[in-house]
Amino acid sequence: MTVPTRAPDRLSSPISAGVGESAVRPDGTLKVTGEFAYSSDLWMDGMLWGATLRSPHAYARIVHLDTTRALAATGVFAVLTHEDVPGRNAYGLEHKDQPVLASDVVRYQGEPVAIVAADHPQTARRAVALIDVEYDLLDPVVDPSTALDEATPRLHPDGNLVRHVRIRKGNDAVQADVVVTADYEVGMQDQAFLGPESGLAVPAEDGSVDLFVATQWLHVDRGQIAPALGLDEDQVRITLSGVGGAFGAREDLSMQVHACMLALRTRRPVKVVYSREESFFGHVHRHPARMHYEHGADRDGRLVYVKAEIILDGGAYASSTPAVVANAATLGSGPYAVDNVTIDSYGVYTNNPPCGAMRGFGAVQAAFGYESQMDRLAEAVGIDPVEIRVRNGLAEGGTTAAGQVIDSAAPVAELVRWVHDLPMPPPSSGDLRSMPGGVSNSTHGEGVVRGVGYGVGIKNICFSEGFDDYSTARVRLELVAGEPVASVHTSAVEVGQGLVTLLAQIARTELGVQQVTIEPADTSVGSAGSTSASRQTYVTGGAVQAVCQQVRKRLLERRPGYVGSPGDMPLRELLVDGPVEETVEWRHRPTTPLDPETGQGSPHVQLAFAAHRAVVDVDTELGLVKVVALDCAQDVGRAMNPQAVVGQIHGGSAQGLGLAVMEEIQVVDGLLRNPSFTDYLIPTILDMPPMQVEVLELADPHAPYGLRGVGEPPTISSTPAIVAAIRAATGLELTRIPVRPEHLTGT
Amino acid sequence: MQMVRPTTWPAALDAIAAEPGLLPISGGTDVMVDVNFDRERPTGLLDLTRVPELADWSRDGDLLRVGANVTYARIIDELAALLPGLAMASRTVGSPQIRNRGTVGGNLGSASPAGDAHPPLLAGLAEVEVESVRGSRRIPIDEFFVGVKRSDLAPDELIAAFHAPVAPGPQQFAKIGTRNAMVIAVASFAIELDGAAHRVGTGIGSAAATPRRAADAETFLAGEITERAAWDSPTPLPDAVVQRFGELVAAAASPIDDVRGTAAYRRRALSVLARRTLGWCWADLDGRQCA
Ligand SMILES: Cc1cc2nc3c(=O)[nH]c(=O)nc-3n(C[C@H](O)[C@H](O)[C@H](O)COP(=O)(O)OP(=O)(O)OC[C@H]3O[C@@H](n4cnc5c(N)ncnc54)[C@H](O)[C@@H]3O)c2cc1C
Repeated sequence: MTVPTRAPDRLSSPISAGVGESAVRPDGTLKVTGEFAYSSDLWMDGMLWGATLRSPHAYARIVHLDTTRALAATGVFAVLTHEDVPGRNAYGLEHKDQPVLASDVVRYQGEPVAIVAADHPQTARRAVALIDVEYDLLDPVVDPSTALDEATPRLHPDGNLVRHVRIRKGNDAVQADVVVTADYEVGMQDQAFLGPESGLAVPAEDGSVDLFVATQWLHVDRGQIAPALGLDEDQVRITLSGVGGAFGAREDLSMQVHACMLALRTRRPVKVVYSREESFFGHVHRHPARMHYEHGADRDGRLVYVKAEIILDGGAYASSTPAVVANAATLGSGPYAVDNVTIDSYGVYTNNPPCGAMRGFGAVQAAFGYESQMDRLAEAVGIDPVEIRVRNGLAEGGTTAAGQVIDSAAPVAELVRWVHDLPMPPPSSGDLRSMPGGVSNSTHGEGVVRGVGYGVGIKNICFSEGFDDYSTARVRLELVAGEPVASVHTSAVEVGQGLVTLLAQIARTELGVQQVTIEPADTSVGSAGSTSASRQTYVTGGAVQAVCQQVRKRLLERRPGYVGSPGDMPLRELLVDGPVEETVEWRHRPTTPLDPETGQGSPHVQLAFAAHRAVVDVDTELGLVKVVALDCAQDVGRAMNPQAVVGQIHGGSAQGLGLAVMEEIQVVDGLLRNPSFTDYLIPTILDMPPMQVEVLELADPHAPYGLRGVGEPPTISSTPAIVAAIRAATGLELTRIPVRPEHLTGT
Repeated sequence: MQMVRPTTWPAALDAIAAEPGLLPISGGTDVMVDVNFDRERPTGLLDLTRVPELADWSRDGDLLRVGANVTYARIIDELAALLPGLAMASRTVGSPQIRNRGTVGGNLGSASPAGDAHPPLLAGLAEVEVESVRGSRRIPIDEFFVGVKRSDLAPDELIAAFHAPVAPGPQQFAKIGTRNAMVIAVASFAIELDGAAHRVGTGIGSAAATPRRAADAETFLAGEITERAAWDSPTPLPDAVVQRFGELVAAAASPIDDVRGTAAYRRRALSVLARRTLGWCWADLDGRQCA
């Protein structure tokens, strides 16, 4: 096959640094100078452009579908519907409940109904408008709280319950002296990555297909694409293209099957690139949540019990809802020691947009609930927010809501004390950019009140509940022009987090080589698992470490008796006899499923913790918020690349800030009201304060290098810290996020 | 798509007269968004960036003529002392990239209720100079906006410039957005105090189908100041007056609930902005008198 231009290259810029150093990213210069090839840049001569017809309705029956007019348009090569799906018209991460193209019913606004290939993107888009569809409108199910009622129409054959996880730890009848109760709500956040869904499918002579795409897990994509195309898995070859952010939104398929169908039908390469607006309809979002929490404590504020009911709106299709439900449940009492926990966590189907993976994955929603509760409790017993967290914080040896014994560091109290002890920001300088409202010039200090708040979070790292979670790494060590060079080949997806940097650091450290090449990720090597659950450094990092050790062993067999350190291996000498290549499939320690009645078990591989202290200035008359400081302490086990660690903490905290004060997909009657970056606001540099970040390195003896996953924890604790700070400034209850000016001004 | 690139003003007027389907483009920060979203399918673009007559501003006594293609960046750099209200509004527009490309002419061309240049132009009683092969005319700014994203411009007319007096007194502009930069106004407000003419000027943005003045608020406040003979010796205004001014500004708006905010919030925000900007102007007026 001829390879498209702007397909991914090997990455081999010299980054002479090993584990623990802030190695420079091999893709950094390309990204900063605008030369990096993202999947939307893919190009092949003679390629066609795909476009998608989507349902304008949240719930409707398709009565009539006619492609005649679209097919007749000049420049149009194919118009395909559900009838053209070559294999099984169903896919999904956990349940195959989602059609590639809707056949009889559409269950959400934006559901793909037909696809077009044309010789120009605009021709394709305009042909989409020529497809005639007649819908019979149905009453959409939009309220997750009543989705399970008998009277509510069933959106899927087995009803509207995707999953219910029950946590029954200890005694659910226990009483407490102090009880606080409240209802909380979390709006629908979007991952808002910058590089929209895109890829290029190239048909092969023999009926197989090559797909170049930005995604999060090549092999799970393939496992869903091949059956939909009616092909064997080895007839679908996937190469990762430049990914412009993911945050969970690329875990589900988007344009993958569509592009392949169009390519196989037209026998031409087909490229699909979503527009920004389409992107909002083309991927899952963070589950909105309704939560009822009850906390019981003794008069000193020590937790006696936690009870919660959590309803997560999964939208029209299951996506990863089952795992999100389990996270919200098993992490639902937070990073606190509490003997009695009763939680019911539900994921339900509605006709709202499908929700699935997003950074924090169920832990974010719960954290807003339990952290808000901890502040209420502190107030009820008359201690401050730091003290309540220190008194109740989990520690090594403690147990989680799932009854899992924590067998490595859980420094909750320390993290809270760390952020508490950091210097406070100075009072406002009067510079407009430091004011609520910023350069909009809405206040010169009038109405502005400062508040301080704290948040701590807990997150599981890697896949849970007994999942066989592994990664495959292949390393080849050879002499190139007389110099030893290691090439690392995995299918692990770089989404911008810096995995490629890190894998090279590991190879350099383990093999004692200077030159390391990272091969493009593709399906010619085994699965690396998903780039999610903060797991790639752990799992693919672990796999690369393991395979390097294997390579070293093989190499040393060439000189029996060598006892020096890897850094001193006489590589040139040892490699004269030829290259060494090894492949290893590496697994982290096993986990267990949850007991179906009690939700007890050891479901998680590793738990990670972060704490934030937020300082906000609130314009109380206008309801505008400036986050003045957002300081963080996080235990990362081992800072594999300190700069990258801090980068993750900055980014995660910013995403949490977004959820606290601005980011929400507004959905009314199942319809999105703000699918654009004009109205779906994400923080700018003027919204994000400079951060003080404390990185703790308390090694986890069970993990490679002692490391702990980094990417998600800061997203979890930053939101409740900011909301707590706004409460402190305003005295308002603020039980819903994002907090809007209307909530702060009662309008 | 056809691209017509006149290098003189008459040639530009001829081009639009010959083909009214041409879409004028200046900074392109609205036009390109509309074209990319397929909201506009013009037969061609009329690129005005090479027309020298639109590129500059000039001063004749106390009157300014600002060419349609003068960007926000230039207004901030060159006109901050002469048109402080508009300069303040310009600082709130988009990002540095948008301020480098975007123009007041383009803002007027789009006539969005949320256009940030509009409230200060309303407060300052600007006039829009428009021209076609049929002739030139000046449209008072409060007659320019006729509906949501609709102006009084005829299909064959182009915007040449706006005319505004050099600020006769303190001017302010403030806007509300739900983030601290790069945001479309949820509501905005501009005010000007003309000490010589004993006039108060106002402009409201994003709170009605068109940008508009708050005429009752203007009359009320000017009357109160005059009554107190406070134009020349600005003693503090009673809270009740400031409060009433805010209420009248809010009452002049006809906001709606939309994705960016509720009508109730907009009204509230306008009254707060009106009170605050009045306070800043008043302090400024006081400073001038003392100086
Ligand atoms: C990211 C982004 C952020 C933005 N933020 C803001 C903001 O904060 N505040 C704000 O007010 N706007 C904002 N805008 C909108 C836009 O930048 C402004 O409206 C700007 O003033 C448009 O000027 P322009 O020169 O780019 O206009 P263009 O896009 O070139 O033209 C706009 C309209 O005016 C017409 N036109 C242009 N020149 C003439 C002329 N001489 N005669 C007749 N018609 C003409 C065009 O045909 C078109 O209809 C933003 C836009 C973007 C993309």
